Amino acid sequence: MITLSVNGEEREFDGDPEMPLLWYLRDELGYTGTKFGCGAGLCGACTVHQDGVATRSCMTQMLDVDGVAITTIEGLSKDGSHPVQLAWIKHKVPQCGYCQAGQIMQAASLLAENSNPSDEDIDTAMWGNICRCGTYQRVRAAIKTAAGDL
Amino acid sequence: MRAIRNVSRRGFLKSTAAAGFIIGLQLPNKIVQGQQAVEDDKFAPNLFVRIDDQGTVTIIAPRPDMGQAVRTALPQILADELEADWDRIEVEQALADVKYGPQGVGASDSVRDSFMMLRQAGAAARQMLVQAAANEWGVDAGDCEARMHKVYHPASGRSADYGELAMAASTLPVPDADSLTLKDAADFRYIGQDMEIVDLRDIVRGKAQYGIDTVVPGMKYASVVRCPVFGGKVKSFDDSAALDVAGVERVFEIEGGGGAPSYNSLGGVAVVANSTWAAKKGADALSIEWDMGPNAVYNSDAYKTLLQERVRQPGKLIREQGDVEQGMASAAKTVEAEYYVPHLVHATMEPMAAVAHVEGDKVQLWMPTQDPQGTKSFINQALGFADENITINCTLMGGGFGRKSKADFGVEAVRISREIGAPVKVTWSRENEIQHGYYHAVCAQRLRAGLDHDGRAIAWHHCTAFPSIGSTFQEGATYGLEFEINQGVVDVPFDIPNIRCENAEAEAHVRIGWFRSVCNINHAFAFNSFVSEMAEAAGADPGAYLLQLMGEPRYFDPSNEKTKFWNYGKETADYPFDTGRLSHVIRVAMDKAGWGRDLPKGHGLGVAAHRSFLTYVAAVVEVAVDDNGDLSIPAVHYAVDCGLVVNPDRIRAQVEGGAVYGVSLALNGEITMREGAVEQSNFHDYEVCRIDNAPEVHVHIIESDEKPTGIGEPPVPPFAPALINAIHAATGKRIRTLPIRDQLRA
Repeated sequence: MITLSVNGEEREFDGDPEMPLLWYLRDELGYTGTKFGCGAGLCGACTVHQDGVATRSCMTQMLDVDGVAITTIEGLSKDGSHPVQLAWIKHKVPQCGYCQAGQIMQAASLLAENSNPSDEDIDTAMWGNICRCGTYQRVRAAIKTAAGDL
Repeated sequence: MRAIRNVSRRGFLKSTAAAGFIIGLQLPNKIVQGQQAVEDDKFAPNLFVRIDDQGTVTIIAPRPDMGQAVRTALPQILADELEADWDRIEVEQALADVKYGPQGVGASDSVRDSFMMLRQAGAAARQMLVQAAANEWGVDAGDCEARMHKVYHPASGRSADYGELAMAASTLPVPDADSLTLKDAADFRYIGQDMEIVDLRDIVRGKAQYGIDTVVPGMKYASVVRCPVFGGKVKSFDDSAALDVAGVERVFEIEGGGGAPSYNSLGGVAVVANSTWAAKKGADALSIEWDMGPNAVYNSDAYKTLLQERVRQPGKLIREQGDVEQGMASAAKTVEAEYYVPHLVHATMEPMAAVAHVEGDKVQLWMPTQDPQGTKSFINQALGFADENITINCTLMGGGFGRKSKADFGVEAVRISREIGAPVKVTWSRENEIQHGYYHAVCAQRLRAGLDHDGRAIAWHHCTAFPSIGSTFQEGATYGLEFEINQGVVDVPFDIPNIRCENAEAEAHVRIGWFRSVCNINHAFAFNSFVSEMAEAAGADPGAYLLQLMGEPRYFDPSNEKTKFWNYGKETADYPFDTGRLSHVIRVAMDKAGWGRDLPKGHGLGVAAHRSFLTYVAAVVEVAVDDNGDLSIPAVHYAVDCGLVVNPDRIRAQVEGGAVYGVSLALNGEITMREGAVEQSNFHDYEVCRIDNAPEVHVHIIESDEKPTGIGEPPVPPFAPALINAIHAATGKRIRTLPIRDQLRA
């Protein structure tokens, strides 16, 4: 039996321990804000926080999350008021929006570690998050805004 | 929250009581018909707006959204004419139904072709509300005015909210389109404003629902293994290991169609399970022997050589003016170059996914589709469901770029649901998406030009070869369709006396499809690069040379030059090709980019321009190339003239994104085939632009009161050639084959 917390709620899991956390979140808990993009840790669409740190849920097996606290985009804030979410609204970052939960979770994790990231810091932290719509310049601008509002 | 609810209209009306006001509308050119009076029968079709007795305005978004913001822009248009309060609007996504007029999203035509229809829909509703108020007050409707969700009678100081008037308005006849008074542009309230997209707040909270997020009670999950080669078939398969996977319930072969691929699903083996993960694990455990079929001969390297040989031979004549060979013979100098663009795949962030539920002779589909009606029609024709028994719920799309115009993945879900008698979600892996696409066509081109003593062009010869999208719908098609050769070949508007354009044959061995801006990518890359090469031969500035080729401002129309000028399906009387507008965007982009300024060592500026989807776009790229041949893109300036602008912020967003799409295809985008199978599989070997390569894009929108045109695709074509020309300016190196990859490294 694997026990973990997801968005503050205690959960127990006794299925396939090799199942990626991504599918547990999406199929079993209905947290569909976390997206499937590549299944190989290459695109960042599935990014969640594991004990506060951005991690790729498609590459995280259930056996790795025993005793761990997971936060998804649905749990980042109660009402969408996390500074990163507000900055995303201010800069109107999303186009199709599909990758944006992953982008936001990655950016929130970056800012938790580094409240004043340089362009290079942003490139390094956000490099793993692909946006095919090409919203990158707004992602960058929004991160800077959020950093200022922290 | 303006959450999308794909409830059927019938169900919605039953559940929200009778209070309300509905406007019936017809197809686009017959918008508001007098005989379609609004009556108690609220189940009448063709609805774009509904107002309840609380004044909540529901606007039906006829076209689905893939990030281009049509779910916002289209309601913006209607709400403006309606004089509605934006905060009291809900947007509801239309089901696939011909009654809505065009619903497809894929030719940058949503605003262009829905603009007048939606204005009329809003204006009709407004006029009826005004009339209802006038009747109530016993005054002349002409003395009343609608403003922000209320009707006013200034003389008496009376006013009424739309909610109070809705019931009375619903008893009135719908005015004829001819009798509608549309607002003056000066009075636009939302058109021209940066309205926030209606799904924004849901997106940032992870609440927006895409096709892949659909959940239906009792739903199963499926994964499909398809033949690595297009046209191949299952010879035999061993499912024992797959069936041993916990959660796997069934394994069976699904048939594909023969002949042209069209929208049909590919054949393969389906694994049905109780979770996405179990289905995937089961699929991985399958052992399948394939008959690879005739396309196993396809190697993209050999194909490249073949097409390059073909464009050196005479091809089918597709445009001719004057005598090119005579022009070449009398030229002081000739220039010749060949260009090549490989296959590309869309790589939408949301892979293909659909939920189908077949119950007896009925089918319901939830799908991120760019072509709702085409999907419906294909399911009707190929799978035999009656049109009225097919319900297609159009979800948000996690990217489309042309891939989701194809219904194959929805058809596949329907086949599986029919087999298992239960609802099923089919989720494609990224590998599936990369390896079973409808690929952007490879393209080989040869260009020749003759210059006179002053360097002026007197002859232009362009030959192109690419497998046509026609082959997707008609087996054996080898020549470009009218729309394809009108994307940067016969529609190049240069003022040159002798012109010949040709198209050489190219057989397709894979599914070929639309890809954001389609053949414009290949052709605009080649001809804009070639202009820069001509300028070099002429000893001229490339920007000035491009402007000189454009000639005096005029309406360009090559119809009498042995060609059919397609003009994106529009009459030239309505949407003339105004070369003055194209020259203007070139000048603006060059000016904003500081064309001619001193640049640091290793930097260069390049310009390219193209009219596509009736929109005029020029891009100036600044590149920096270091001693190792590594490049960066410090800035890009775009000037775009897409006529009247509905949502400037979303225009900017599309241009920013179009540039990034251009970076992806210019730097690393390439799909290759060996023995008919795609060699790439995921983002490690099909690399797309990441944040570190994304340029700062400056967008300059030309103010215009011309008819709105398109914006989703037009920013893409000029990017790669502007970058290539910038690299030449910076380094003297000329790249003629995309992607750039390591060509700049010594």
